[in-house]
Amino acid sequence: MSLLSVKDLHIHFHTRNGLVKAVNGVNFELNKGETLGIVGESGSGKTVCCYSLLGLLPSPPARIESGSASFEGKDLLHMPEEELRDIRGNRIAMIFQDPMTSLNPYMKLGAQLIEPLTIHSDISKDEARKRAIAAMQEVGIPEPERRIDCYPHEFSGGMRQRVMIAMALVTEPDILIADEPTTALDVTVQAQILDLIKKLQDKHDIAVIFISHDLGVIAGCADKIIVMHQGDIVESGTTDEIFYKTSHDYTKKLLNAIPTSGKPAAASLDTNKGQEPFFSIDQLQTNYDIRDGSFFGNGKKEIHKAVDNVSLELVEGETLGLVGESGCGKSTIAKSIMRLVNISSGKITLDGKTISSLEGEELKRARGDFQMVFQDPYASLNPRMTVYDSLAEALNTQSNIDKSALLDRVVNLMTDVGLPAQAIRKYPHEFSGGQRQRIAIARALALQPRLLIADEPVSALDVTIQAQILDLLLKLIQKYRITMIFISHDLSVVRYLTDRTAVMYQGKIVEYGETEEIFNKPKHKYTQALLSAIPIADPDKERSRERIIFSPE
Amino acid sequence: MLKFILKRLLQAIPVLLIVITITFALIHAAPGGPFSAERAVPPEVIEALNAQYNLDDPAYVQYFIYLKNIVRGDFGPSFKYTGRSVTEIIAAGMPVTFELGFYAIMIALTLGISAGVIASLKPNTIQDYIPMSLAMTGICLPTFVLGPMMVLVFAIWLDWLPVSGWGYIPGDKILPALTLGFAYAAYIARLSRGGMLEILSQDFIRTARAKGLKTATIVTRHALRGGMQPVVSFMGPALAGLLSGSFVVETIFQIPGMGRYFVQAAFNRDYTLILGTTVFFASLIILFNLLADIVTVWLNPRLRDNSNSGN
Amino acid sequence: MSGSEEQATIKDLDSVESGTSLWQDAWNRLKKNRLAMFGLCVVSFMIIIALLTPWIAPYSYFEQNLDLGATPPDADHWLGTDTLGRDLLTRIMYGSRISLMVGFLATAVALTIGVLWGTVSGFFGGRVDAFMMRTVDILYALPFTIFIILLMVVFGRNILLLFMAIGAVEWLTMARIVRGQVLSIRQQEYIDAAITMGLPKAQIMWRHVIPNTLGTIIIYATLTIPNVILLESFLSFLGLGVQPPQSSWGLLISYGVETMEEYPWLLFFPALVLSLTLFSLNFLGDGLRDALDPKASRD
Repeated sequence: MSLLSVKDLHIHFHTRNGLVKAVNGVNFELNKGETLGIVGESGSGKTVCCYSLLGLLPSPPARIESGSASFEGKDLLHMPEEELRDIRGNRIAMIFQDPMTSLNPYMKLGAQLIEPLTIHSDISKDEARKRAIAAMQEVGIPEPERRIDCYPHEFSGGMRQRVMIAMALVTEPDILIADEPTTALDVTVQAQILDLIKKLQDKHDIAVIFISHDLGVIAGCADKIIVMHQGDIVESGTTDEIFYKTSHDYTKKLLNAIPTSGKPAAASLDTNKGQEPFFSIDQLQTNYDIRDGSFFGNGKKEIHKAVDNVSLELVEGETLGLVGESGCGKSTIAKSIMRLVNISSGKITLDGKTISSLEGEELKRARGDFQMVFQDPYASLNPRMTVYDSLAEALNTQSNIDKSALLDRVVNLMTDVGLPAQAIRKYPHEFSGGQRQRIAIARALALQPRLLIADEPVSALDVTIQAQILDLLLKLIQKYRITMIFISHDLSVVRYLTDRTAVMYQGKIVEYGETEEIFNKPKHKYTQALLSAIPIADPDKERSRERIIFSPE
Repeated sequence: MLKFILKRLLQAIPVLLIVITITFALIHAAPGGPFSAERAVPPEVIEALNAQYNLDDPAYVQYFIYLKNIVRGDFGPSFKYTGRSVTEIIAAGMPVTFELGFYAIMIALTLGISAGVIASLKPNTIQDYIPMSLAMTGICLPTFVLGPMMVLVFAIWLDWLPVSGWGYIPGDKILPALTLGFAYAAYIARLSRGGMLEILSQDFIRTARAKGLKTATIVTRHALRGGMQPVVSFMGPALAGLLSGSFVVETIFQIPGMGRYFVQAAFNRDYTLILGTTVFFASLIILFNLLADIVTVWLNPRLRDNSNSGN
Repeated sequence: MSGSEEQATIKDLDSVESGTSLWQDAWNRLKKNRLAMFGLCVVSFMIIIALLTPWIAPYSYFEQNLDLGATPPDADHWLGTDTLGRDLLTRIMYGSRISLMVGFLATAVALTIGVLWGTVSGFFGGRVDAFMMRTVDILYALPFTIFIILLMVVFGRNILLLFMAIGAVEWLTMARIVRGQVLSIRQQEYIDAAITMGLPKAQIMWRHVIPNTLGTIIIYATLTIPNVILLESFLSFLGLGVQPPQSSWGLLISYGVETMEEYPWLLFFPALVLSLTLFSLNFLGDGLRDALDPKASRD
């Protein structure tokens, strides 16, 4: 008999705006020590399905309409609350997506770690503390005796996720449900956490349900996979079946949406060697004053070198990928070029014009030449302006266009980004995330820029949408011969899209060169570590590869 | 921490100076002096009185004399209550006002927090609507309406409790304390509900639930501390407001507290008493705001930690 | 911009789908909130009555009828008369003119100063912000209720002075709220986008910042009005507000308290009208908050 068997699970949300069928007939079996991967995009019902097992769904609006989930012969969905509490955190434990918010900021880690032990068994506080320290040791937290008395904010994201894992495993559960446990983490940290979960799973013989939107992450760890789409299971099978004998169109779409690293860069132009640089950054330095603005702060200034002596050159029409993990300074470079932050020293030149020293009206006039597409399509459009207003404003900023011509121009922009012209009177909130990003791209293009900076333009979108937006960007920069700087933490996207790549680490560029060269023969230790950490959507490769760990100094 | 408190206390000095200056200027801009009301007094007597209280000096001289005295803790003699110094009057009224305020705040916190927490556990159900409608009633029934109404019902019609007074008849403290406490209970209920709803929607509450904790444990151990932050930051201004609320309550129930002295001093143009009570109230407000800030930090380890690195 | 294969030029403007702005959305949400709509109706009714009072009031507010004295509600005097034989309904109607006027005018004063102060402080940031907010902090620490009382005592009971004084207190909160709002809007990427387009500062403030603070401003204005009405009533109750024979709700309540044992209706009706108004405004404010705050609209 399997450890957990879910049969014909239906969950509906009865909201004010009507009925949402979140899960429609999900079935799966989970055996001891096995890993089940559940893959799907946002709104696919993958998380709802797992939350229902532990009674974590808010009800109302959620209602389990039918189905069963039998754990050791007992139905989790229909047992009394007290009985379920005995299982929750004891026999079935869970870790969540965002380690920054999933720990209680008001409580010491120790108190949070021993809680599962003290409520599920008659263990003494001292004994529980010892077990908690042992658990911290096991998940690789150095100096656990001291760290156990820290508060969560004293830990980095990766360390917090380790604490979450320790907290889940401290009671030695039979099943661990991991809900996108690495999505909020940097790629190198993600690799470490994935390895850790795998190691602990083998050691304690735990069954794992691994929820993710990323097939690459699932490929390396799952024994079997179910693919969900809008509440339905569209395909299920062993990992090899899903990846190598894909039958359903949606799964194929998901797999193809991941730009596989082997694919040659579609955007590759002839690299115009020896040409004059069209755009250059010369010894750029951008410092942030960190004023101690805390409650009891004394207002002392500290200087943080967000961008430290960076130089880059680009030929017209080239695409540069700027990669690095969060906090490495890649977005600060973008803001420095866009003149949204003050640079401390250095020079930025675009087509012979030094844009870093322009001021006032001159700067305003020059701004049309360099435009930016922002990360969050939900925040980059003014919610109180219609699409027409936004685009018309952009068109009118650098030149005066009369009313009748304006409409034509706006419609042209809409067609360019693949949106129906009829929608120009709508407001941003009436569009989906992908559509909004299209509008944002249209707005940037309205000023006919020569240089376009795209700062993580697809990271807030679903994978299948990501591919569409990337293709649109490529098409447009080729059509209008725009030079682009593409900023991303996602290496496979950069490889797919760019001619050159610069790898950043702590404000500095550690490696810079032709994209293919960097991906095939990375020279710097950090680049190697970064590359070895990218999850590959290919189970065979993923199972057999070695990670390189980068430790500065 | 110590440094922060010192800094805040230093910042209080200019605030107090402004208070003194504005009050002083206002009073001196007013037509008529404190002794002009007594018509029958011959001019020589008024002159003598004015001389005694330095009222014949130019305003700026009076101002500096007054400042000098305040530093020494001397608010001068009262104009109206002859033979009593302002310091004495404040010292006599203060315990009464404080006692009233203490009961009121205890009532407000107990009623308010429990109502707010209960409502937040099941938002948009009957369990939420009932306490919150009561809270809305509390906000919309000002003390000067609620007080008399309660007197009418409980003291006059039902004759359960005394109509007025403070410490004369057993039970005479109940109505004033309830009257003053109820409005604040209402505000606190709304704030705790909001704070708790915010905290209960956080990810770490989900973590606590996934551990198998009971709802009661989740509320007391995980949610209450964060959920009470809006209440704590409200307490500073609330305590200050409680004092001015005590004007009304002390007037309605004829309680010999600071509030009543102040209102009477204002009507009587009792310069020194007005200045004294104003300075005293201002200092209290500053002190309460400081206390509220300290408790806020104490409740939140993130802020507490920053304070250490700051020093 | 050329070379698009499908020239989707809109010849026929009727084919353009109309969008729903956030304002329309908010109004639709508000319409569903029964308590808020009740509040809106009551407030509108009160305003209309207050405006029409001189023409529709059944009696004059100062005419005394000492023979009549205090009578309980009857067919002639729907809400009874006071000890001087004056019609209570008329007095409440005239009182509402004062109370509502002080409420709206003082809120307007607070709104004007607060929004200007907060927008400038939040948008320019840096030293300007530090100076402007420190000023607000210091003013916050002042015992304003006491100052208003002093002001009333010193300069006599003057309505104009009263709402200036109340407005001068309430703007502080407004300034803080608006500044907070402006600061968070400044962080939004659409402001960065507007800057990178090269738009002038004034246009950014006018088209991108202010429209997005309006929701918050409306909510707090709605919630400030009851506060001000309450403050005026409080002062009138203490005998520091408007002067008889003018009436305001606070003054009527204060008379009512004096005679509540014998003539409870003199306390009951003014108190009811005041509370009902406060209720309506607060419900309307809460409803607006739910309707205009996108966070609350998510189910």
